[in-house]
Amino acid sequence: MAAVSQLQRQFIEYTTSLYNEGYLDDQFTQLQKLQDESNPEFVVEVVSLFFEDSEKLLNNLATALQQKIVDYKQVDSHVHQFKGSSSSIGAQRVTNVCVHFRNYCEEKNLDGCLRCLQQVKHEYILVRNKLEALFRLEQQILQAGGSIPMME
Amino acid sequence: MGVISISETPLHVLAVDDSNIDRKLIERLLKTFSYHVTAVDSGIKALEFLGLQDVENFQSFSPSPEVEVNLVITDYCMPGMTGFELLRKIKESKSLKDIPVVIMSSDNIPARINRCLEEGAEEFFLKPVRMSDVDKLKPYLSKNERKTTDEEECVSNDSSGAMDDDDGGGGNDGVEARSDEDEQIEKDQSLLILPP
Repeated sequence: MAAVSQLQRQFIEYTTSLYNEGYLDDQFTQLQKLQDESNPEFVVEVVSLFFEDSEKLLNNLATALQQKIVDYKQVDSHVHQFKGSSSSIGAQRVTNVCVHFRNYCEEKNLDGCLRCLQQVKHEYILVRNKLEALFRLEQQILQAGGSIPMME
Repeated sequence: MGVISISETPLHVLAVDDSNIDRKLIERLLKTFSYHVTAVDSGIKALEFLGLQDVENFQSFSPSPEVEVNLVITDYCMPGMTGFELLRKIKESKSLKDIPVVIMSSDNIPARINRCLEEGAEEFFLKPVRMSDVDKLKPYLSKNERKTTDEEECVSNDSSGAMDDDDGGGGNDGVEARSDEDEQIEKDQSLLILPP
């Protein structure tokens, strides 16, 4: 059982760091509260949807910003969606970049938008990697016969 | 002395949101409160489900006898028909106007919130919607048409309550960007000037 408690400690430390560093906010905790025996995969399912959505949105944003004449309303619409979905899963840093991104859209500032696109892609990849690592840790705990600690 | 519902059928909520993530979330949230949920991705599909036929005008009403909706909860920003337009169609319909409607939005725009409440929305939730928000729906969900005031608590239609987000969640950035929908609201407003 030493392995399990070690993994559980690792899980708690990792999760805590994700919150402290602002990768995740309270909304992620809300998602975890919605997971139970009748919906044991709820968090992974929602996060997977987020990953799928985000890849599409990033592609759409890149395309929209490459146009000769940029349609900033269209760009803003994509960012609005990205802001919404990231906020819904608690990916705080992604959401924060989206806020700035929308401001640049309103100003029709191409440079600002392109920078934000890079930034939001960067933050998305970071949080995706961290969430995947978190899910792997969860799997390890479960496979070792332990239970996932509830984060307060 | 209130009217007690002895029906065992769970209360039915129609959720409307074009985001698949948010649809999944709201569905799960509602189900934790044991509501029966139907989730659709557009206002048009919502009206069709409610029984309003004729996509262009939604004038003709032919409800399905099996379908009874006790509350509609809808996103505000949706392509095609916005949540505000959906709210209006429901309140304009003789057969549907008594169904309580709740609006959700990720943008904290006071003018938008007020407009929705004035148009008859019972509550306005800022996204991401939480369990504490869904908990507020209880008084509006009743099997009976009449609200029994002594059995159910009076919920004040306090829009500031909807805006107070003490945990600083991601959706509350205070960006008051005007959108097409808000411009449309102002246009519609000018058409609603009543004769003296």
